[in-house]
Amino acid sequence: MHVPDGFLDAPTSLATGTVAVVGVGLALRGARRELDERTAPLAGLVAAFVFATQMVNFPVGAGTSGHLLGGALAAALVGPWTGVLVMSVVLLVQALLFADGGLTALGTNITLMGLVGVGVGWAVIVLVRALLPRRTSSVVPAAALGAAISVPVAAAAFTALFAVGGVADVPLGAVLTAMIGWHTLIGLGEAVITALVISSVVATRPDLVYAARPLLADRSLEIRTPEAVA
Amino acid sequence: MGAGHGHALHVHGHSPVHRAPAHLKILGLLGFMLLVVATPGHWHSAFGLWLALLLTVVVVARVPFRWLLPRLVVEVPFVVFAVLMPFIAHGPRVDVLGVAVSESGLLAAWTLLAKGTLGVIAGLTLAATTSPPELVRGLERLRLPSALVQIAAFMIRYLEVVADDLRRQNIALASRGFVARDPRHWPVLAKSIGALFIRSYERGERVHLAMLARGYEAVGERPTPSRATPDGFVGKAERRRRAGGPSRHDNAADEPVWGRAAGERPVDHSPGRMPS
Repeated sequence: MHVPDGFLDAPTSLATGTVAVVGVGLALRGARRELDERTAPLAGLVAAFVFATQMVNFPVGAGTSGHLLGGALAAALVGPWTGVLVMSVVLLVQALLFADGGLTALGTNITLMGLVGVGVGWAVIVLVRALLPRRTSSVVPAAALGAAISVPVAAAAFTALFAVGGVADVPLGAVLTAMIGWHTLIGLGEAVITALVISSVVATRPDLVYAARPLLADRSLEIRTPEAVA
Repeated sequence: MGAGHGHALHVHGHSPVHRAPAHLKILGLLGFMLLVVATPGHWHSAFGLWLALLLTVVVVARVPFRWLLPRLVVEVPFVVFAVLMPFIAHGPRVDVLGVAVSESGLLAAWTLLAKGTLGVIAGLTLAATTSPPELVRGLERLRLPSALVQIAAFMIRYLEVVADDLRRQNIALASRGFVARDPRHWPVLAKSIGALFIRSYERGERVHLAMLARGYEAVGERPTPSRATPDGFVGKAERRRRAGGPSRHDNAADEPVWGRAAGERPVDHSPGRMPS
């Protein structure tokens, strides 16, 4: 999923770079509200977590396996702004320390996986959460749908960039169909894994799931007296 | 794809490339790759020149080719895309080995492969010759917002710790006979990721508390850079001054602020300062 150098032409890469700089700048302002001054250590640890999570291979069968992209997962766990920051730092470190994704394509990668992946994921989560009953468990289907939709949307965004700044004269309709078809499948896998991870965290530490916090405030302490139990 | 790398790629060495300041290396890589990306695909000799230039740097840096070549696999998903290009692209056809392929698609495939490969070799050379702390200092010299630099510094510092957490969970699963074979095993893997998140998040909270215990303060927009230590740790005298002085309250903005304001001295990234 990491776009390498030379996949898009220089003007498009510079344009996505500008979009990424503006997006990350906004995220820096927004993240202060989500995490206060603990941002640096916490976001750093969450970035290390996202990076480690991408190393877990999920077997698909027939000897193939895939790994999580983590955009919607990060949005659900730490909120959209911190999520964008975390994904951007992960991509930056991957580009500079692991040569994974080109440096000139960093803006493209941050735009697609950071801004679009986290942003669309979060928008869907908020929408679904509003439609479902106000229970912490509602976050699980919300995050799943967020993951399922954000992955093909990011793929469609990539196709749009390829239409503008791609280096080949390929039939765009076919590329769009192939990209969206393939990434809908990937998105389904991402949705299942995201749902499983979120449900395991919600079961033990619902207070750590950012998307569940507004629902958590609704819960009140229930005191059961012996008469009420009997 | 991001799979399969557990630790940074730094190769220890003492070459001039290793000694060069990290921020110049990052700028050099960026400038070089912009040139490469902007080179039209049919300028074959230009690509020869770029490759020669790059290989000179690799030789001067004494990065072994045996180390470099296997790591080119990060490119593979896009090589597949490039190889498909001649078959799906529009335009006049040419015969290659008896198969009619698109001429423009062929050029595009060559361009993708050439630029992508140059990018990966150049990126690997930077990663091999620059240690992670140097890289963080380089990003700081390049005026990356200090919040981002700090997040990256914490990420790099705790990457091995979190990866080790994951490794221990995998060993615990394996010692109970768990082998992930197909999607039916996903719930187990997902629970381990959930546990990893809780551990990482709680570690982040503990790290922050331990930093506070050592005198770290979220330095305000009007910090006293001469008295606060470079990375936001405040000395004893300064704490006493702030506790007693009137400057404390007029400085207390409601909005939380970053641990270090712009324009101060660079963060000291030497290990051993942070608790784990």
